[in-house]
Amino acid sequence: MAKRPSRQRSGVGRRITATLGRALWWTAAVFGLPFGLLALWWVLSADSQTFYLPPLSEILASFDDVWLRSDRLRADVLPSLLRLAAGFLLAVVVGVGLGVLIGSFRRVRAFCEPVLEFLRAVPPPVLVPVLMLFAGFGNTMKVLVVLSGCVWPILLNTVEGVRAVDEVLTETCRCYGIRGPARLWHLVVRSASPQIVTGLRQALSVGIILMVISEMFAANNGLGYTITQFQRTFAVTDMWTGILLLGLLGFLLAMLLRLFERSALRWYFGLRQSQRDDGQR
Amino acid sequence: MNPTDLPQDGTGPLLDVRALRKVYTGRGRSVEAVRDLTFAVGAGELVCVVGPSGAGKTTLLKCIAGLLPPTSGDLVLEGAPVQGPPPGMAVVFQEYGRSLFPWMTVQQNVELPLKQKKSLTRPRRQELVRDALAAVGLGDVPGAYPWQLSGGMQQRVALARAVAYEPHILLMDEPFAAVDAQTRADLEDLVRSLWQRLGVTILFVTHDIDEAVYLGQRVLVLSGSPTVVLDDVAIDLPAERDQLGTRSSARFGELRAQVFGQIQRAKRGWSASAGQQSRAEEDAAGPEPTDSPVGTR
Repeated sequence: MAKRPSRQRSGVGRRITATLGRALWWTAAVFGLPFGLLALWWVLSADSQTFYLPPLSEILASFDDVWLRSDRLRADVLPSLLRLAAGFLLAVVVGVGLGVLIGSFRRVRAFCEPVLEFLRAVPPPVLVPVLMLFAGFGNTMKVLVVLSGCVWPILLNTVEGVRAVDEVLTETCRCYGIRGPARLWHLVVRSASPQIVTGLRQALSVGIILMVISEMFAANNGLGYTITQFQRTFAVTDMWTGILLLGLLGFLLAMLLRLFERSALRWYFGLRQSQRDDGQR
Repeated sequence: MNPTDLPQDGTGPLLDVRALRKVYTGRGRSVEAVRDLTFAVGAGELVCVVGPSGAGKTTLLKCIAGLLPPTSGDLVLEGAPVQGPPPGMAVVFQEYGRSLFPWMTVQQNVELPLKQKKSLTRPRRQELVRDALAAVGLGDVPGAYPWQLSGGMQQRVALARAVAYEPHILLMDEPFAAVDAQTRADLEDLVRSLWQRLGVTILFVTHDIDEAVYLGQRVLVLSGSPTVVLDDVAIDLPAERDQLGTRSSARFGELRAQVFGQIQRAKRGWSASAGQQSRAEEDAAGPEPTDSPVGTR
């Protein structure tokens, strides 16, 4: 009897050790390669004499000054992120809205498909000069550029997702009088949500690229503008810090999206797991 | 305008199927799935429809459910012609894995159809969900997702959803064809007990002769495609049935043999006239096109 608590404790201890082990392993898996590459960069660039490739140690040393001890986070990074967010969210609304419409009706789809394929094939950066003509140099133009690139992956993935809505589930909705907005949300959008999230992920990377590009053409603030300015004034080390910051932001945004995906598609991962288990049985 | 509120006088048939015919027309070819079906189901009856694979059973059920428009013939439910899914009807599909919403919990799945009924208050709705889940023996897993449950339990959720909807007629399309034998026996007893307790009318489609005889008050025997009604067998087994006693009784054996004989005759008739028995049997999903009539009876 006296032994039992101690055995329980050791059981708990083992579980904690296992959890810690898993956490360590996860951390190593996620950060191992990035840090390895950084270390390689550090070593290879350590005594670089090339003006355009300063040592990583110098880049990291000036990162602090360039971005954190200046006004640039508020004056440049924040406007960039806001433009990206506005363009991306508008693309979600337009892409999912049109995607549901096009995906739901075969006739609309047949009608739109050639145009969609054409528009998708146009590289969004070439739209920047065109959009400048219509929307000027302000924020509207930059948001439109981001929107024009982000909308395609979301739209096309939504169409595919909506097309694949299960027939039995559709009939279930008909039998139980589930129509209108309830059907749209509970059946169509939720069914398509795994594909929609795939579209979001593709759109995010496109959006970051376009955010930078739109700021390179005509801007007086933003990350793209600042990095271009550094490059034009031969502030090469500062330019590299900007590139690092961009990479970091991209990584953080992708992580944010992953978090959203984990919670919104929990059912999908669970369903797939259970189907895999059934297949093994 | 809510037909579920119509009073049932219990005299006329609840469901009347007259000269139902369904021809699928595709590109350049048409398939006659159902040739001529006429039968009636009275209020409160439990009628099983049995027929060989590919006999157009699912087509029949989808027509009654208002999911498919018939080519000709009349479908009358509670005095009104069926033109779309009727409000007083619930359907349990064979593919339980695909008829439940995987992004909703068990409770949300059962509750969603009730949310479309504006006359239900929230407390009443929750009461219906709770009672229905308890009635199918799933009162303890309202927060689980369907894919966390076994096949039999998922079909119970589908059954609970149908029961909570308070239908006048419940259509079931081979609901237990995809679950294991033990679970299947439990689910059959569950259907019998729900039917006795709730007084709902049930039309139960199956390809399993034993299941049809065990469950039904009446068994409609369908021919192979193109389908007609071969026989309407009254099942005079006692109302209280149990898997062991009922299935081993002499009367069960006789009824089973009668239905089995009809189906064999249907197959022979089909094979004699079309000479394609094996093909007809293999093709459970879609019936083969043919010009030759079934020449039985």
